[in-house]
Amino acid sequence: MSLSAWFRSFARKLDASRTEAELQEELRSHITLRADDLQRTGIDRREAERRARLEFGGREKFAEESREEMAGHFFDTLARDVRFSLRVLRKSPGFTLVAIATLAVAIGANAVVFGVLNGIVLRPLNVPHAQSLYGIEHGNEHNMYESYPDYVDLRDRNRSFDDLAGFGVDLVGLESNGNPVRAWSDSVTGNYFDVMRVQPYLGRFFHASDEHGANSVPYIVLSYSYWQAHFQSDPGVVGRTVRVNSHPFTIIGVAPRGFIGALVFFAPDFFAPLVDQEILESKNNIDARGTQSVFMTLGHLRSGVTTQQAAADLNSIGVYLEKTYPTNHGATTFKLVRPGLYGNLLGSPVRAFLGAMMLLAGLILLAACANLGSLFAARASDRSREVALRLALGAGRTRILRQLLTEAMLISLAGGGIGLWASVALLNALSAWNPLPRFPMISPVAPDANVYVVALMLAILSGVLFGIIPARQVMCADPYQIIKSGPGAISRRLSLRDLLLAVQIAICAVLVTSSMVALRGMAQSLRASFGFDPRNAMLLETDLNIAGYRGERVPEMQKRMIDALHEVPGVEAAGVVSRAPLNGGGFAEWIFTEQATDFRPANRAAVAERFTISPEYLRAAGTVLLAGRPFTWQDDKEAPRVALVNRLLARTLFGSEANAVGRHFKQRDGSLVGIAGVVEDGKYENLTEDPQPAVFFPLAQRPVSETTLVVRSAGDPLPLARSLQAKLRSLDPELPFLALTWIEQLGVALFPARTAAVALGLLGIMGAILSITGIFGMAAYSLSRRLKELGIRIAVGARPKQILHAALGRAFKLLAIGSASGLLLGILASRVLAFIVYQATPRDPLVLGGVVLAMLLVGLLATWIPAQRALSIDPLTLLREE
Amino acid sequence: MPAQAQLLPGTLDLLILKAVSLGPLHGYGVLLRIGQISEQALLIEQGALYPALFRLVRQGLLKASWGTSENNRRAKYYELTSLGRKRLREETEGWNRLAAAMGSALAARPEEG
Repeated sequence: MSLSAWFRSFARKLDASRTEAELQEELRSHITLRADDLQRTGIDRREAERRARLEFGGREKFAEESREEMAGHFFDTLARDVRFSLRVLRKSPGFTLVAIATLAVAIGANAVVFGVLNGIVLRPLNVPHAQSLYGIEHGNEHNMYESYPDYVDLRDRNRSFDDLAGFGVDLVGLESNGNPVRAWSDSVTGNYFDVMRVQPYLGRFFHASDEHGANSVPYIVLSYSYWQAHFQSDPGVVGRTVRVNSHPFTIIGVAPRGFIGALVFFAPDFFAPLVDQEILESKNNIDARGTQSVFMTLGHLRSGVTTQQAAADLNSIGVYLEKTYPTNHGATTFKLVRPGLYGNLLGSPVRAFLGAMMLLAGLILLAACANLGSLFAARASDRSREVALRLALGAGRTRILRQLLTEAMLISLAGGGIGLWASVALLNALSAWNPLPRFPMISPVAPDANVYVVALMLAILSGVLFGIIPARQVMCADPYQIIKSGPGAISRRLSLRDLLLAVQIAICAVLVTSSMVALRGMAQSLRASFGFDPRNAMLLETDLNIAGYRGERVPEMQKRMIDALHEVPGVEAAGVVSRAPLNGGGFAEWIFTEQATDFRPANRAAVAERFTISPEYLRAAGTVLLAGRPFTWQDDKEAPRVALVNRLLARTLFGSEANAVGRHFKQRDGSLVGIAGVVEDGKYENLTEDPQPAVFFPLAQRPVSETTLVVRSAGDPLPLARSLQAKLRSLDPELPFLALTWIEQLGVALFPARTAAVALGLLGIMGAILSITGIFGMAAYSLSRRLKELGIRIAVGARPKQILHAALGRAFKLLAIGSASGLLLGILASRVLAFIVYQATPRDPLVLGGVVLAMLLVGLLATWIPAQRALSIDPLTLLREE
Repeated sequence: MPAQAQLLPGTLDLLILKAVSLGPLHGYGVLLRIGQISEQALLIEQGALYPALFRLVRQGLLKASWGTSENNRRAKYYELTSLGRKRLREETEGWNRLAAAMGSALAARPEEG
């Protein structure tokens, strides 16, 4: 339909009432003129008018046909249908409100889940030609780390990419005026901006041609948002000198608005050259093939090259690397992945979870539609007299169907509109929320056009879905029979409506099961052994590199900080660890046996999590020493090299904890390390991991500038935070700290499980509500249809139990069938959850019992009122009425 | 009164156009005129006229305006537009061809010999 035609019909709609009046006048005038003629033949006026009216025929019918001819337009009929539907709906406000609210909830849930899915998974990265941008992931393990020399080999030897860039992420101290502040940099290869095909917003970018070896590029590029927030959008910032980890750098440009690099959830504050690693990280691994300092390698595929061809090309480089550098490479294969969610490591669980959520939300909507469908069908059969009357008066069936559909559509659009409005508000709130305060996280879920379109489509689709269910009834209605005998008795066999309800209960049970599994998993993971005690502990995070500490000054300063913190009243113990466990990833250490002479990756005895700790750490963290001795400050460069291992590593190497003490293992460089003691196992990377081997080295033997001070207090550590920070500032005012209680810090590790539990819990509640209204609707309706029958049964002496059985037996049967199949499906679905939630198992008596209890509760709530009504039936009144 | 015939579907529009082509008429007048020119041979349900009239107006073949009848009643008068005149010509030709063809087809006798 053309726009002009639409406007015409719109204009006509505006003067619809005038047209209607004209139509009536014209028909009246016809009858008057005819009556005039009849009068002239000698009939008296009243008789003449009566005859004229009779001769004219079905006036309403012709008026209706005329209206249709006059309008001849979809939209005019629609406008009338809408007016009529509004009138009908206004007559039953309870029904209308329930229907709209149900749909608002269901469509809102879908819009929110889709909004998140859209923002995180579906929307391409905000870079030009994102569709040909791929990251390189290792084929055998889900990470994308490369050493810088390997990156260079991949870049220079491949024939599939236009060019390959790499980047890492560094936390540094950025000093523009006053003291340094913590800032996150994407440390990028020189060709990075050219590979990403972006143009600067201000100034210029650095390029491959600027690089001349380590520490050769004294430039940084600010991100647009950091420039806005910290430099007040000052265009004069280009050319200004700032200090990064106390080294002078020149700001040469500002990245374009919205450009945050290759990860959708991580917004760096600025971009620095990767070749300046020594300044950014205090160590230079540019030439070390064994140290993986490039976080991700990525580039645009050449046109015409498929991902398979590119992977084959890269794998041939893998073979070359394995042959040429056997001590660094085992079998090396590669895969091409989308960079936005860090390939498969984050990408596949996130995709799986969001996909599952989308499925569940879709099921909820389906349940809502089934609900409304039965409600509509129930109403339609209650309205069958009205419909039959209209049919008998000559209304076309299509016309009536159309009107019923209009009713459904009005409800679904109203529900969809409200749902969309709420979900947009929620998505906007979500996108402004940073769940992990340690990182510059962003949640790119602000709603866009896709979300609106999907919500609208869903609204229309669900309107059609639940509008069509009663349609069958109308099409089959025989007006004569209905008017004669009233609505037919409800059938005894399982109808489509019952099936829908059972499906809906099953969906609800799935949701309840999975949310209970998630909640239970959460609770268990909080009580599990972490290998440390997060209660009553405070973490103060910094990097000594930020204030320019190097070499021997690092452990020296760390010792001073520990000593100073011990002076703060309320502190029971204080120690240092390079990076606290469960805090965003650790470092891997290759362990070889004492006897090893060939240090190829295949000969590793274990790959252990590596931590570097001060002697006081074990006490401060609450990690239990199982055998041997803790470190002392005498374990320094002069003393023999020692380490602590966890129980698993001790058993892997020597069979038992006791055997391990005093024995040795070898490092990658062949040096021997003595085992001073054995500590308990713990969780290191995430809560759902299998037990991992871990090794702890003394700070004094291996200085690490990354520093997390662990402070244990007698009670709640939060009140201590200020005095702790004040104490540390008195040592060096230039060191910025991030202070969080250990429990807060665990939020990072618990984030996925918490999100899952909350999301599933919400969906579970929605599902339960829908089931309750669904069962209630069915029970109440079928009861109302069978009042007469039940009345007779009571009259002939049925007992209350029998009445209840007769009235609600079917509802309970459906509830049982639905719950059982839902529970079964829920158990299957929980396998997906096991990726996200610690120990997510549905074979937990508490979970099973909880589900059964919840479903019983749902059933009770839903049937309470109908049951009361069934029991209070008074056969006398009832039979008199009929 | 001559025997009356039911209208064939689609012929009412053509009759209305023809009736109105002889001069502006109100709805009742159209009915009378058709009766007159068909010598009361065609049976038209009175009310059925109006949907057809509105259809023709919407198609732009007729235009309508309010006026006063001979006996001083307010009534809506219809007249042909140029498009209506053209359509009437075409339809009349089409109808004549069809009628002639039907006539000769139905008049055919079995061939002898």
